[in-house]
Amino acid sequence: MDIAMLKTPKNLITGAILLVILVLLATLPLYGPGYPVILLSSILMYVILTVGWVIFSAPTGYISLAPAAFFGFGIYTSAIIGKAIPFAVVVAIGGAASFCLALIVGALTLRLRGIYFAVFTFGLLMLIANSFNYYEIHFTGTRGRFVMVKGYDTIYLFMLGIFVLLMITATIIKHSKYGLALMSIGQEEEAAEHTGVNVVMVKVIVFAVSAFFMGAAGSVMATKWTYIDSGIAFYMLYSFMPVLMAIFGGMGQLYGPVIGAAIFTYVEELLITRFPEVYMLIFGIILVISILYLPDGLVGLIQASWKRFSVRKHADT
Amino acid sequence: MIVELLDIIIAGLLLGGIYALIAVGLSLQYGVARVFNISHGEFIMLGAFATWILYATANINPLISLIICGPFVFLIGFFLHKTLFRSLLSSSPSMDIFESKSMLACFGLLFIIQNLAMLIWGTDFKGYSYLNVGVNIGGAVFAANRLVTLLYAVVIGTAFYLFLAFTRLGKAIRAAAQDPRTAGLMGVDINQVLALCFGFGAVMAGFAGALISMCYPIQTTMGLEYTVIAIIVVTLGGLGSIVGSFVGGFLLGLIGIIVSYIEPSLYMVVFYFIFSLLLLVRPKGILGK
Repeated sequence: MDIAMLKTPKNLITGAILLVILVLLATLPLYGPGYPVILLSSILMYVILTVGWVIFSAPTGYISLAPAAFFGFGIYTSAIIGKAIPFAVVVAIGGAASFCLALIVGALTLRLRGIYFAVFTFGLLMLIANSFNYYEIHFTGTRGRFVMVKGYDTIYLFMLGIFVLLMITATIIKHSKYGLALMSIGQEEEAAEHTGVNVVMVKVIVFAVSAFFMGAAGSVMATKWTYIDSGIAFYMLYSFMPVLMAIFGGMGQLYGPVIGAAIFTYVEELLITRFPEVYMLIFGIILVISILYLPDGLVGLIQASWKRFSVRKHADT
Repeated sequence: MIVELLDIIIAGLLLGGIYALIAVGLSLQYGVARVFNISHGEFIMLGAFATWILYATANINPLISLIICGPFVFLIGFFLHKTLFRSLLSSSPSMDIFESKSMLACFGLLFIIQNLAMLIWGTDFKGYSYLNVGVNIGGAVFAANRLVTLLYAVVIGTAFYLFLAFTRLGKAIRAAAQDPRTAGLMGVDINQVLALCFGFGAVMAGFAGALISMCYPIQTTMGLEYTVIAIIVVTLGGLGSIVGSFVGGFLLGLIGIIVSYIEPSLYMVVFYFIFSLLLLVRPKGILGK
């Protein structure tokens, strides 16, 4: 983030508010353990997946369905090496594993555009999930693995840390030349290439950076579930949910996906245990409606109505 | 050895027939209407459950209920395109954006249709027994219903191919597939043709579902598995090619049977491996231009 941006009073106030919220969130476990911490961990998980997805897919228009693969890589990292090494290192390695996977995927998929990229990333997710399943059954002889349990507070604080790092990274990318390069790729890839953007490098690096955070989140969340198998780790919905939450929240601003993910996770917590079918039904309906009527998401809707409201106010005076 | 080989080939063809039919539908929807229909499998599920209900409640012969299920699924597909996809088409600035948007909308449809079905029929396996008698072909024994399935798949596929090749509407569909705007300028009612194509694609899925319900137990969550197979076959045969879908379908059916003969648990791994490899090496498919 540019330091000069902090000097204007409006940005200073926004910064101060963000800082207060952050302090409140960080000290939340001190006010007593319990449900809010667990709920916020789940919300942070989806927020990280969604914002991670948005960093790459929103400006470029490449719809990646691979988040579940990166998330699952993190989960398996935690399950395999989690017992021997300090937790913070495990999380970093989980992120690094997903980073490397994304580098490979990114390098492989350079030729694919549009629908093919989405389909390939989905196929890749299924290939990885099925390969892990096959490997576990035939070579380790078990379906799943146990993960070392961590306290809810630890999980929450780690998720918060990853979230803050992710938001800083996302802001930096958005305001750097990489952000502009990504947007020009989304608008017209050939033109971007001709104006001197190293299209291949920008795409692959940003894709891998976004995967790092998904992987790190995976290695933290694994400790919450205690038992994992390939079906849990590479659950397809972890790829679909971020897409929906981003569309629902709106991708024009970075806080759009955050709001979208937070609302959806809360609704999920309310409904999924008692009425899973109803929850998924609502999920589908909101997805279709958002695509049809909310091109800029919830945030876009609010901004548009705010603008209309303020215009009217000026007209009256 | 020869009997075994024959066994594998025929089993592969029997499986491939259904795969081909599913893929033709998807290929039509993407090739002409440009909708990459992730919810394709849900229409298969609807066809299967409609057939099962007609058989279980009214004891209607599944081969006859095809005639009832076909129009039923067609109407759903047709009106979906008339309402949802048409307004997406008019609000999208470019075809690429429409493809992404409509694919995401199909994810939504997938969840809507599947969970509505789960609310109505639950998640248990359903099934019935029809024509479940053995037929001996050169020493290998196959269930009669699977042979009927293959026959129907080939007849439906051929009929549809002839329809595209020789009728006026078929010509309009092919023109729309090549260049929708020019076709529109030449007097083709393009919105109608696209909606019809989406409907026909759904019909193929419905037929396939009805045939599947004759041979295998069915479940409300069965859709995605068949969607994935359809995507693989379509990628194998080339997006938008009817003949390619048939070739790809039989090929994948054969591969599937061979793999499950050698190592059954590698079945899905091999499918996805072929799929990923194909997208990387030759995204246009083996028969693509």
